[in-house]
Amino acid sequence: MLYSEKVMDHFRNPRNVGEIPDADGIGEVGNAKCGDIMKMYLKIDDGVVTDAKFETFGCGSAIATSSMATELIKGKPLSEALTLTNKAVVEALDGLPAHKLHCSVLAEEAVKAAVKDYYDKNNIPYDATQFCDHDCENCSLEH
Amino acid sequence: MIYADNAATTRTSPAARQAVLDTMDRFWGNPSSLYAFGQEAAEVLYQARADVAACLNAKPQEIIFTSGGSEADNQAINSAAAVGKRKGKNHIITTPIEHHAVLHTVEKLAKEGYEITYLPMDASGIVKVEDVAAAIRPETCLVSVMFANNEIGTIQPIAEIGALCREKKIPFHTDAVQAVGHVPIDVEAMNIDMLSLSGHKFHGPRGVGALYVRRGAPLVSFIQGGAQERGHRAGTENLPAIVGMAAAMKDACAKIAANDAYVSTLRDALIAGLSEIPHGALNGATAPRLPGNVNFCFEGIEGESLLLLLDDKGICASSGSACTSGSLDPSHVLLAIGRPHEVAHGSLRLTLGEDNTMQDVEQIIAAVKDVVTYLRGMSPVWKELEKGERNYVI
Repeated sequence: MLYSEKVMDHFRNPRNVGEIPDADGIGEVGNAKCGDIMKMYLKIDDGVVTDAKFETFGCGSAIATSSMATELIKGKPLSEALTLTNKAVVEALDGLPAHKLHCSVLAEEAVKAAVKDYYDKNNIPYDATQFCDHDCENCSLEH
Repeated sequence: MIYADNAATTRTSPAARQAVLDTMDRFWGNPSSLYAFGQEAAEVLYQARADVAACLNAKPQEIIFTSGGSEADNQAINSAAAVGKRKGKNHIITTPIEHHAVLHTVEKLAKEGYEITYLPMDASGIVKVEDVAAAIRPETCLVSVMFANNEIGTIQPIAEIGALCREKKIPFHTDAVQAVGHVPIDVEAMNIDMLSLSGHKFHGPRGVGALYVRRGAPLVSFIQGGAQERGHRAGTENLPAIVGMAAAMKDACAKIAANDAYVSTLRDALIAGLSEIPHGALNGATAPRLPGNVNFCFEGIEGESLLLLLDDKGICASSGSACTSGSLDPSHVLLAIGRPHEVAHGSLRLTLGEDNTMQDVEQIIAAVKDVVTYLRGMSPVWKELEKGERNYVI
């Protein structure tokens, strides 16, 4: 099989699909030309991610990594959600084929983009270097 | 299971299977051996060659058995290129929708200094003979145009291109891997100089194919060794597979008209059913098209997830999405006929055969409708399309 049972489970029964209409932070990454877009919605209360939902256009692993990422950050403090790495998403899914690892990077970036959106909307100061600026050639983030 | 991926491979027919087993059991001698037992195998090999030739209206000595369609394409193109070079000709004409066995071969030749013209392509997926005529130069050493496309099933004007090439005295090769056994082919009437075919696309075994080469056309051998295949391909012949392919080909060619009538009815019903899905469209012209080929793009979704969910419903299909190929770009064929990347990612190819039924078609239509609706429901792209924030392409 191309995918692990965990990946197939999260693909077939994705957790937290949909939109949060009054989301506090929304992050969208990827582009349709490349074949995957992830949109992450976060509800944040008192520095804690109280709800997370996603919408994804993409392949099986794009859907599964989005689903797993929302599961991994729900109920966690923002500081912890920000430390979510693509590797953690891959491990939680029992691995991904090498050519699908970029999906897990997108999932990590979608979470971060949503948190950044929350910070920006609420004028909360943050360290900009921890967010992807989509300058892949000079990337210092370990993903 | 509903198998709707006959362009990928086909079920081995009982006749082909039996022919393989019989050859293994009874004719396992080496056709190159002089004694009677070896010569019996040589007789069987000759009969297979004659059967394959007869299906194409060729002569037995014009058939070279290969490991499959890719090898036949490689040998045909590289041979014409090598012969051209000797005459100071280094220009090759082909199409942008060829199989990679052709495209990657001409790309390799381009790096070696050959000039390649890719014929213009529009949404129909069919080349125009006048474009071939306009592309011909004094230094053209080969025209290679596929008989029928493996992704979108469109059938090229092979007889017209053949007549043109004959008039201009330019070698004409066609990759007929998807066409043999499905549409009538006559290498004489169509003025085809070289033709590639593959056994497992018409219910024969895989790992075996053939190259038809018109008598007198020079061929370069890429495998050095013994004098098998009249010195054009060394190595002891894969006799069981060759005989199995010949049996399948004879069968398929005898049933072309009946299968065409039956399978194209299924195809048209499938196209009609899938056309009810909004913002979806058939890729390539409706006709002339292979009897079993259906290829759609659906906006707002991605092909791999579509295939996985269809698989869950027991349907075997394929897609031109980048994710299914392991590359970053979606199908070169869909891009060449003008589909933008984001739409090409959402493609679905269903290729029917004579084993399929109208009930299969009804189940496929219902399943595809369900899955497309479900995936669109979680797609941010679809939502933007619906809200008017993004423009529909189809």
